[in-house]
Amino acid sequence: MTTAKQKYKLRILVAKPGLDGHDRGAKIIARALRDAGMEIIYTGLHQTPEMIVSAAVQEDVDAIGMSIMSGAHMTLFPAVMELLKAREATDILVFGGGIIPDEDITAVKALGIAEIFTPGSSTQDIVKWIQENVAQRA
Amino acid sequence: MARSERKASVGPKRRARRSAAGKPKSRVRTYDSPGVTALAREERSWRERVLKESLAKIPERRVAFETDSGIPIDVLQTPVSRRAETPADIGLPGAFPYTRGIQPTMYRSRRWTMRQFAGFGSPSDTNQRFKYLIANGGTGLSTAFDMPTLMGYDADHPMSLGEVGKEGVAISSLKDFEILFEGIALDQVTTSMTINASAIIALAMYIAVAEQRGIPMAALGGTIQNDMLKEFIAQKEWIVGPRPSVRIVVDMIAFCSEHMPKWHPVSISGYHIREAGANAVQELAFTLADGIGYVEECVKRGMPIDSFAPRLSFFWDVHNDFFEEIAKFRAARRMWATVMRDRFGARDPKSMMLKTHAQTAGVSLTAQQPINNVVRVALQAMAAVLGGTQSLHTNSLDETYALPTEEAVTIALRTQQIIANESGVDRVVDPLGGSYFMEQLTDEIEGRAYDYLRRIDELGGVIRAVEQGFQQKELGETAYRHQREVESGDRIIVGMNGFKNDDAMPIKLLAIDNSVVDEQLARLAAVRAQRDAGKVSAALSAVEVACRDEFTNLMPPVIAAVKAYATLGEISDVFRRVWGAYREDIAS
Repeated sequence: MTTAKQKYKLRILVAKPGLDGHDRGAKIIARALRDAGMEIIYTGLHQTPEMIVSAAVQEDVDAIGMSIMSGAHMTLFPAVMELLKAREATDILVFGGGIIPDEDITAVKALGIAEIFTPGSSTQDIVKWIQENVAQRA
Repeated sequence: MARSERKASVGPKRRARRSAAGKPKSRVRTYDSPGVTALAREERSWRERVLKESLAKIPERRVAFETDSGIPIDVLQTPVSRRAETPADIGLPGAFPYTRGIQPTMYRSRRWTMRQFAGFGSPSDTNQRFKYLIANGGTGLSTAFDMPTLMGYDADHPMSLGEVGKEGVAISSLKDFEILFEGIALDQVTTSMTINASAIIALAMYIAVAEQRGIPMAALGGTIQNDMLKEFIAQKEWIVGPRPSVRIVVDMIAFCSEHMPKWHPVSISGYHIREAGANAVQELAFTLADGIGYVEECVKRGMPIDSFAPRLSFFWDVHNDFFEEIAKFRAARRMWATVMRDRFGARDPKSMMLKTHAQTAGVSLTAQQPINNVVRVALQAMAAVLGGTQSLHTNSLDETYALPTEEAVTIALRTQQIIANESGVDRVVDPLGGSYFMEQLTDEIEGRAYDYLRRIDELGGVIRAVEQGFQQKELGETAYRHQREVESGDRIIVGMNGFKNDDAMPIKLLAIDNSVVDEQLARLAAVRAQRDAGKVSAALSAVEVACRDEFTNLMPPVIAAVKAYATLGEISDVFRRVWGAYREDIAS
C-alpha cells in the first residue's frame, strides 16, 4: 500500500499505566507493531498518566496504546484524556487494551478513547486498525 | 530449538542422574532383558512395514508432533526407548528422588488441600469472606492484596490512584491487619499471603496482630509467597532492585527458621513465570534456579542447609498440555531432590522433598464463550492431581474479566471436589508412573531444564541472569511465538480462533465498590493523626540502620516499626531511600 499517510513511519507510544506488572500483552503488541513497520516507544511499567502524556508529547507520537489489567481503567483512561486536553494534544489518537468489561468500554469510548481491544484480539487486527485510523500528525 | 541442541541435552542429564544415583546396584536397568531385545527387533520391523504402510494410506495430521514446550513426540513409546532407565531413576513414593511423590501413600491418606485465593476491597470485606470460609469448614485462608500494597505504596500515594482495593485487599497500616484478622483464631488457621516486595511488612503485621492477642509467633502457621526473583522475571511488582530484595528474603528465611517453625517463609513460584509467557520447561528451570539462588544466599550466610531447606515450598502453574504438565511435576521433584542432596549436601530427607501448591492457568482461559473455561480448569486440575500436588487453587470461569463472583468460585471449588470424590484418581499413587511416554517426557523435561540451569550458572548465577534480563528475554520469545501460532491458526483455541460463536455468552461480573477508597483514606489519616510521631520516626530510623548493615536481620526492626503504626508506604520508602527505587531496563 502506498497511501500518503504511510510515507513516514507511524510513531506509537505503547504505555503501561498503573501498578500492574502484567506486560506480556503490551510487549507482544509493541513487537507486532514494530514488525509491521511502525516506530514504537515503550514506556516500561508503572507509569502515571502524567508520565504517559509527557512522553507522548515529547516524542511527538501519532497515537498512544495503553494496556491495563488491574481494573483501574475507569480512573486511568479518563486521567490520560484530561491531560491530553490540558496539553492541547487531543490530535494524538488513544486506544487501549486489557481486561475491560463491555459497559466500561462504552464509557471510555464516550471520553474519546478511539478503540478498545479485549483479550483474544489478534495483533494483525490491531495493526490493521492503526493503519486505517491513525493519521500522521502534521 | 535446533536438533543438535536437543541431542546435546540428553548426554549431560544422563550423566548427572547416574552420578546422583550413587551406588553401583542402581546401574541395573529396568528394561534390560532378552525380551526387550526381541521387542526391539519387532519394533524395527513394525516401523519399517506396518507403520510405513499405514502412513502411506492415512498420513498423519501433522508433519511432526511436539509438546507445548517443543519436545518431539514419537508415534509410539515402548520399553525399547526406555533401555537406559534404572529403577533408581524413578524410585518409590516417599523416597529419594521422589519422582513418584513425596509421601508413600499420597492421597490415600490425605487429599490435597483445596485452597482458594481470596481478597478484595477493604480489610473488613475480606474479613467477612474469611469468616464465611471458616464457618463452612475452611481451615486455610489465602489472602490477595491490592497493587499499592504489593508495591509498597499507601492508599493515599499518587501511584495508588484507581488501584485501591481493586485486585485484592488494601493494607496501609497495622490497623488494617487488625481488622483483616479480627475474630479469627490465628493459632488455629493457616494463612497464606500472596505478597512479595512488601512481604516483610505483611509478615511483621501478622506477627504483631497475633502478639496483641497473646499468640506467640512460634504458633503461627502459613506461607508467605515472598519470591522476589520471579517478580523481576515475570510479575514485575517490586520496590527495590534484585540484590537488596533477595537480602530481605534471606533475612526472612533466617528469622522464620529460628522463630517460626510452622511458617513457610518463601513459596518459590513458577506460576507467574508461566503466565508471563514461559513454556513448561522454562517455568520449571527458572523456578528451580530461583530456589537454588535463595539456597545459595542462605548458605553464604552460614545457615546449615537442613536448618532452613525443609521450610521451602513451591508453586506451579498447570496449563493445558496434559501429559507434559504431569511430567513437569514429576521432573521437578526429582531435580530438586538431586540438587539439594548433591549440590548442597542436604542430609534431611525433608530438605529434598519438593512440596508444592498449584493453580490452574489463568492465561489459558478465554474471554470468548467463558463457560468453556470450566472444562479447561477441570482438565488442568486433573493434571495437577495426577502430578501429585499438595494443594490446589482452581480458577473461576469469569477471571478473564474480573475477580470471580461467588457462584464462579463455587463451580471452581466443586471441580476439585468432583475430581477428589468421583473420578477415583485419588485411590492410587502416581498412576502414570511407568508409562513409557510419561517417563520419557519426565526425562526430557528434566534434561532441558538442567540445560537452562547450566546456562544460568554460566551467566554467574540467577541474580546475575535476572539482572541481564536472560529469563525475561527467553520467556518473551516464547510468548511471542505462541501469539504467532494462534494468529496463524497453527494453534487452535476453542471459541477464540476456532469454533467461534457469534452469540455472546453473557456472565455476571463482580464489581468493586469505590467507597473502599474513602474508607481506606479516612482510616489511614486517623492512624497518622493518632500515633506517637516520635516513636514512628525512631522506629523508621532503626529500620534504616538495619538496611545499611547487611549483618543485621531486618525482621525485628520492621516488626517494631509496624507496632508503632509506621505505614507500609513509610517502611517501603526507607527501602527506596537506602537502595533506590527499582526501574526495569525495558530493552528486554
